[in-house]
Amino acid sequence: MNTKILKKYFNEMYADNGEVREIYEPYNHWLKELPNGTLERRNAEAELLFRRLGITFAVYGETDEAERLIPFDIVPRIFGASEWQRLERGLKQRVKALNAFLHDIYHDQEIIKAGVINAHQVLNNGLYRPEMQGIDLPNQVYAHIAGIDLVRVAENDFYVLEDNLRTPSGVSYMLENRKTMMRLFPELFVKHAIEPVEHYPQMLLDTLREAAPINISDPVIVVMTPGAYNSAYFEHAFLASQMGVELVEGQDMFVHQQKVYMHTTEGPQQVHVIYRRVDDDFIDPRVFRADSSLGVPGLMDAYYSGNVALANGVGTGVADDKSTYLFVPDMIRFYLGEEPILSNVPTWRLSEPEDLSYVLAHLPELVIKEVQGSGGYGMLVGPTSSKEEIKAYKQRILAEPAKFIAQPTLALSGCPTLVESGVAPRHVDLRPFVLSGKEVRLVSGGLTRVALSEGSLVVNSSQGGGTKDTWVLED
Amino acid sequence: MLSRTADNLFWMARHIERAENTARVLDVAHSTSLLPLDIEGSDAYLWYAPLNITGCADGYEVKHGLARADVVTHYMALDPDNPASIYSCLRLARENARAVRGAITSEMWEVINDTWLELNRLPRQMDYEKLQDFFDWVKNRSHLFRGVTLGTIRKDIALSFIKLGTFLERADNTARILDVKYHILLPSVEDVGGAADYYQWGSLLKSVSAFEAYRKVYRDVISPQRVSELLIIRDDMPRSLHACMNEVESALLEINGTSGQEARRLAGEQHAALHFGRIEDAFALGLHEYLTDFLQNTALLSREIRDAYLSRRDTILSR
Repeated sequence: MNTKILKKYFNEMYADNGEVREIYEPYNHWLKELPNGTLERRNAEAELLFRRLGITFAVYGETDEAERLIPFDIVPRIFGASEWQRLERGLKQRVKALNAFLHDIYHDQEIIKAGVINAHQVLNNGLYRPEMQGIDLPNQVYAHIAGIDLVRVAENDFYVLEDNLRTPSGVSYMLENRKTMMRLFPELFVKHAIEPVEHYPQMLLDTLREAAPINISDPVIVVMTPGAYNSAYFEHAFLASQMGVELVEGQDMFVHQQKVYMHTTEGPQQVHVIYRRVDDDFIDPRVFRADSSLGVPGLMDAYYSGNVALANGVGTGVADDKSTYLFVPDMIRFYLGEEPILSNVPTWRLSEPEDLSYVLAHLPELVIKEVQGSGGYGMLVGPTSSKEEIKAYKQRILAEPAKFIAQPTLALSGCPTLVESGVAPRHVDLRPFVLSGKEVRLVSGGLTRVALSEGSLVVNSSQGGGTKDTWVLED
Repeated sequence: MLSRTADNLFWMARHIERAENTARVLDVAHSTSLLPLDIEGSDAYLWYAPLNITGCADGYEVKHGLARADVVTHYMALDPDNPASIYSCLRLARENARAVRGAITSEMWEVINDTWLELNRLPRQMDYEKLQDFFDWVKNRSHLFRGVTLGTIRKDIALSFIKLGTFLERADNTARILDVKYHILLPSVEDVGGAADYYQWGSLLKSVSAFEAYRKVYRDVISPQRVSELLIIRDDMPRSLHACMNEVESALLEINGTSGQEARRLAGEQHAALHFGRIEDAFALGLHEYLTDFLQNTALLSREIRDAYLSRRDTILSR
């Protein structure tokens, strides 16, 4: 991949006239006063902290060093209070609509009847779960935890890149990044009034409690992980211990008379809420993939009977799929009667012949993604790809156009980042975590991901991206 | 506590203790091999002992045939193919610890993780003169792990399962060392009090850190009967069978719940036999027979513990 740099992008720290944006002023002042080499020294300290704590991330396909650190950048990304308030409103609005959509399509399908979205788009989607039809969930919430990926292209222009409604990860980095920053730069936290994020686990626990089957006043909650070899295992263990609940694997549980139990040293104990970090396909070998050893036979039976809650619910994938993404603004209008606060990125669907021919003619300018892909795997970033890469990708598109969507190459905003040559802008995105129980809540902040190589637009940790602490300043 | 968590804690402790014991066994085999011994073909004979003690004689014979000092040492210390090697034990201990990161303290995890990382920095083939250092290192890491555990973990059932693993493994090992060594040393029993005997029994005592204690307690020549008494009956010796079963029994009593009655009964019975037993009776029965019984009972107890606490059978369904 060559590194053609996008010439024009929004700089988080500097305004167009070269002046430091107001919210970055105190930080910039502090940075200027800092003796040479201090940033580099504290950076080395941070790396040591992460390594010793074992905050690692396994990357698929890397064999020799399976446990790798996600690079942590010590320059924070800063939001002003009013900027954040607008984002927060937009995020809550979007997630409410997405949950309303999921409830609707698994019940009366009003949105299809109204002709807002066609039946084929929903019912023939591989991620639609007919088994969920007519199943009632507490609070009508399907996606209890949503990770919404945002990018900024201008002062007041944010786009939603994608909605993650299955098992979004990364929140442990948001929390550990903050802890590390407070330890490395206590003086900055005195200088700035920064909204806390540390109460996220408590908020998550509240959300999971509210997800419990009705009639259960003191639910037993667990975090379910695929196991120690999963790439996000650290996060699963971290969240379980922060919430003070058991971290279980499929093999720790069994189903008896439509109730779920876990094996404990004191005998079987019933489980009411499972915060599962295992995909639908693997949670119950009797219903989904029979070869799955990660799941619990009979779990879906217990779920349909209302004896156990799963967070997130089953069948949420149909709403975060990249072809359904197109309809989210319509969902907001349809269910909430409001205009969307956050915009969608203009998107071409390659299943449509007109869109396909336009996209094929403009591949070097566009970003192409697989409709059901995630994690930055299998995508093409036109402007930074070689002719050969584009040619090879074109063959993949032609083989099965409906599997792909295309979007313009967005000029992701740049945020100051510590790199070898000093502090320089690198492209960032943002993933806030939106929780839905009886109400919709989120902490003020999120995970900022940063593409560490110059000019790169791919921020995914699996593709060499790093993370930053995200500050929301108090009013 | 989740059964799987208890299982991993139990085995994490067992694997660490096993690594330490294997280092002790190899250590004493090396010092013994430097001593004169009046047995035909003594070298191979001698080097079967550590294989027998750790129960990996069969695997060794398949891979290497006749027992030779350097080959046995490598097989037991660093061979990743040998599931009982020090290398494998430390790897498994780390895997157990990684699976239950939330149930142990970060200090415990760091000791286990560092041990594994350091082990991997060692050369694959070790010089003869470096062996002593290596055995000492393994013992020290195990001491460190125990110290860090007691110094950082809350006193709850996680600690009880760690203690169970540690002391069952240790009891098992002391019994095996005594059994195998006694068998080797038997031919020279008439020679009690001789110089060779002194060194041989002395090295056995050293392997379980009991040499100095013996001198203090008995202030006399080293006799098989007294060595056995020290390592079986006396409860003030940290590696004796009696002391280990003290710990096993009390750990079992700390674990709540209705299951595990049979495990508690077995542990109590074994403990009582050591508490009220006399070494003369063990010798009247035959020390080998006595130790074989002990090992069988310990295995039975391990199985009961597994079934009561560690396994994941659908207990409701089988009711």
